[in-house]
Amino acid sequence: MDAKHSPAARIRGWLEERFGKGGLDWLTHKQVPRHRHTLWYYLGGMTLFLFIVQVVTGILLLLYYRPSPGEAFESVQFIMTKVRFGWLVRGIHAWSANLLIFTAMLHMFSAFFLKAYRKPRELTWVTGCILLLLFFGFGFSGYLLPWNTLAFFATKVGTQMMAAVPVIGTWLLTFLRGGEDVTGSTLTRFFGFHVAVFPALTTVVVATHLFLVQKFGMSVPPSVERAHPDGKVPSYSFIPNFLLRDLMGWYFALGVLAALAALFPWDLGVKADPFAATPAGIRPEWYFLFLFQTLKVIPGRVLGIEGEQVGLLVFGLAGALWLMVPFLDRNPHGRTGRLLAWAGVGAVLYIVAMSVWAWRG
Amino acid sequence: MSSDVDAGGPPKAARRRVLELLVGSGVAASLVSVLYPILKFLLPPRTGELDADAVAARADELAPNSAKIFRFGNRPGILIRQADGSYRALSAVCTHLNCTVQYRTGEHDIWCACHNGVYDLQGRNVSGPPPRPLEEFQVHVRGKEIVVSRGSRA
Repeated sequence: MDAKHSPAARIRGWLEERFGKGGLDWLTHKQVPRHRHTLWYYLGGMTLFLFIVQVVTGILLLLYYRPSPGEAFESVQFIMTKVRFGWLVRGIHAWSANLLIFTAMLHMFSAFFLKAYRKPRELTWVTGCILLLLFFGFGFSGYLLPWNTLAFFATKVGTQMMAAVPVIGTWLLTFLRGGEDVTGSTLTRFFGFHVAVFPALTTVVVATHLFLVQKFGMSVPPSVERAHPDGKVPSYSFIPNFLLRDLMGWYFALGVLAALAALFPWDLGVKADPFAATPAGIRPEWYFLFLFQTLKVIPGRVLGIEGEQVGLLVFGLAGALWLMVPFLDRNPHGRTGRLLAWAGVGAVLYIVAMSVWAWRG
Repeated sequence: MSSDVDAGGPPKAARRRVLELLVGSGVAASLVSVLYPILKFLLPPRTGELDADAVAARADELAPNSAKIFRFGNRPGILIRQADGSYRALSAVCTHLNCTVQYRTGEHDIWCACHNGVYDLQGRNVSGPPPRPLEEFQVHVRGKEIVVSRGSRA
């Protein structure tokens, strides 16, 4: 068949008439640098895939879930036991949520240590940090939705920390809980955050993040830049070379998710009873453990300030500093650049050590 | 024959077709294994006690020439006490577009308010749009309760 009149060429022609000639070229012309750190480029796409899995399974769960204290636990139980493949859908939703946070963190630290945030990619870094915060929000709000004992008390503890925030603490606590205590109002609120507020915000921020990645292309790490003084870093096409490798990774991840959901079913636990004593072993999801442990070991009062407030202050400052990293690190080979890299190593060690401590303690 | 290999075309193209077939069927099988659970998940499991008996009313509840809607499984039923004191029980779901019918004491018939469908007390569709009669249930007076069941012998 004449290539000009093949169906693909005709569709392409049709689209070009609408998007403008060359309007789709970025899709086919995009190049991905190829060097020994290329592997890290896949983590963002992997996180995106897991996010898509969350959207799909989340919408499926919405078909049966009921956000009220009288029905939430029972509806999840119904999904797990009566709805066909309900156990699989919920299992994948829960496992994918955890893997997503894990890959997002790996993605962030790899971007940090490869200094991918340098000009002009400062906003890519900032939007990425906001996304991680949103994922934490998803995790925290989603944890409560099955309305089991573990989630109920973890939410009590987690929201109570907000009371330590100076000036607006009480307001924040009441806003989050929908009252003074964790009740059915908290459940409906968290449900609203989880399925409406966070998804809307995340859609906008993800779109911005992806747009910026497309606009500036992949960042080449300083060490690779130095090895190619002429600026000619080897590369291959995004379509199809990189995309096909991406898809292979996604395919593998889907298999891992299904296997995890089947072999390690996500527990439902016992229905929450607000008037029962808190059972032993209440702890948040693993990605909050380092915060949890820190607040546990800070003394009640430090220099005349309440311990919790000190903890929140330190984490608040560290978070702000982390967000500002691209603006502080102007020269990757300079003193500040090296200092920041070591601070990053310290942060990783701190998070890992505190999490392990909390996990074992 | 060597001419085949030299010509390049056919054996290479055939190999490519085999590979495409293998990859394609793998991808298709994967898609099916993702879509099948999703499609199964979409349809809710059967619930409700459709065949269970239901207590429609107390024996002294209905005066002659009156009726009430009662819950039969997940759907409404209508229990009518006729002027002679006997009971009739029918499905209250209009066979036209699923509205719930009501008893008209003046006309002694069953009427659907949505599109003016009319049934007689045997449930036969007499006028208006309803295409089929209403399903009739069996009524048993058990002590002080009027029990309705789906007629298994009907």
